[in-house]
Amino acid sequence: MTIAISIRDLHKTYSNGHRALNGISLDVAQGDFFALLGANGAGKSTTIGIISTLVRKTGGTVEVFGQNVETHTYETKLDLGVVPQEINFNLFEKVFDIVVTQGGYYGMPPKLAKERAEKYLRQLGLWDKHNQQARVLSGGMKRRLLIARALVHEPRLLILDEPTAGVDIELRRSTWEFLQQINRAGTTIILTTHYLEEAENLCRNIAMIDKGEIVVNTTMKSLLQTLNQELFVLDTHTHMTAAPELPGFEVNMVDETTLEIGVTRQQSLNDVFALLSARNISVKSMRNKSNRLEQLFVSLLNESGRRGGTAATHNGAN
Amino acid sequence: MSGISTAYKWIAFRTIVTKEVRRFTRIWVQTLVPPVITIALYFVIFGNLIGSRIGSMGGYTYMEFIVPGLIMMSVVNNSYANVVSSFFSQKFQRSIEELLVSPVPNHVILLGFVAGGIARGLCVGVIATVIALFFSGVHMHNLFITVLVVLLASTVFSLGGFINAVFARNFDDISIVPTFILTPLIYLGGVFYSVEMLPGFWQVVAQANPIFYMINAFRYGVLGISDSHLGFSLMMLVGFTLALFAVSMYLLHRGKGLRN
Repeated sequence: MTIAISIRDLHKTYSNGHRALNGISLDVAQGDFFALLGANGAGKSTTIGIISTLVRKTGGTVEVFGQNVETHTYETKLDLGVVPQEINFNLFEKVFDIVVTQGGYYGMPPKLAKERAEKYLRQLGLWDKHNQQARVLSGGMKRRLLIARALVHEPRLLILDEPTAGVDIELRRSTWEFLQQINRAGTTIILTTHYLEEAENLCRNIAMIDKGEIVVNTTMKSLLQTLNQELFVLDTHTHMTAAPELPGFEVNMVDETTLEIGVTRQQSLNDVFALLSARNISVKSMRNKSNRLEQLFVSLLNESGRRGGTAATHNGAN
Repeated sequence: MSGISTAYKWIAFRTIVTKEVRRFTRIWVQTLVPPVITIALYFVIFGNLIGSRIGSMGGYTYMEFIVPGLIMMSVVNNSYANVVSSFFSQKFQRSIEELLVSPVPNHVILLGFVAGGIARGLCVGVIATVIALFFSGVHMHNLFITVLVVLLASTVFSLGGFINAVFARNFDDISIVPTFILTPLIYLGGVFYSVEMLPGFWQVVAQANPIFYMINAFRYGVLGISDSHLGFSLMMLVGFTLALFAVSMYLLHRGKGLRN
């Protein structure tokens, strides 16, 4: 198995004394779609900054496809595409020029850079705007322009730092499809996001970072399997004034016709319906509450917090 | 460390220069028009109206005497302004990260921005020369020296603009140096007068001003007269170029104001 990126004992302490990273180690295999999750200030962007050389590490090593980013800076940068969290192109430049210029920075002759720019702007639905200044693009389009710019030199490893923040659902889903497509074509992708649903849908492996330490590093599947309780949302015909008491179940009334009920693996949904029926509550519909990952994320961070920030690493298949 | 080819570096350099030229030509009303107006006013007021009452200097009319200084002033001011505003703007809006995450070596980044500054300086210099032709006759004592001095002076000021931009934290910082340091040095460097007109002590002080050598070397190229020795002036220009280039490379290598 080829390792796309290997991080060992990475430390970063900023000049103001803030310790952003406290010895993280991580491997991402070639071809993987990898999620790096964490709360604001957990250390995700610092990690990406060190990989892309925008942030200087205090200690540790980073290798991209087996080459150290410090000793083989130019070679590793050719393999790397970075989509930053913030919009960082000149808003007064034309969309096409932004992508072509980036191609030039990667040594691409103008003809090739223009062809690639057209290819990715078309794939990301931006070709109609290619001759306009970037400032006229919507927020979602600007984010897609960042992706086109990062892909123009066709890197083997693409790192996206919250690529769909503030993007509407339709555009977000089409961006997901695009990312899955280039991942299937062989590009290794590392994604940080606040939309945990995004990580759940896209990524095969996941690491969670908290206070500069990796608290989870495993496969998405095995992580979700550790979730003991699932939340169900029930819409009822019956109007309720208070949450009914269902012995053994955690019940929360969202509004007078909606209940949220937690069901553990050991319990049965049949019991829920029987108990509701006994209380003359008729169920109209039921759905699984999304963001299972979010529940897990919160519980893991709470667990980490109770242990005083000490890493509670789940070493799964990764 | 670097397995990067010369062909790659050339493409990257050309890309930066193209972007820089595109930038200052896109905003030509801000970059090219103001120097034209300023220089035309200098020629009309100082050269024509006041100059006609001053008499000759070094065997030339006052208008002819100040033309090289005014052209040089336009060139260096615009070279400096181009690099300081472009690099700081890119730093401010973080688009400089496009370059910093790419494999472009630091010396190519620096040379690209400097070449952009030279391009704008030369552009304005040519415009200033054309305007000067409306007020004064054409003199060219030594074309090679003239071009060499313009290129060196433009390089020195582009590097100065780069260093200013690296240290700048806000837009005020990129106007402080031009306003409080460069403008006085330019005016005291002998654009409008010969230092021989100054009292002895101030003649010595004037020779500590680097711009004095640029203006006089350029004046030598155009008119064949100078208040300083040409060889020494060229040596000073080369020395400033090398020193500022070394400082700029050091700052880029350290990532001052660019990398955390």
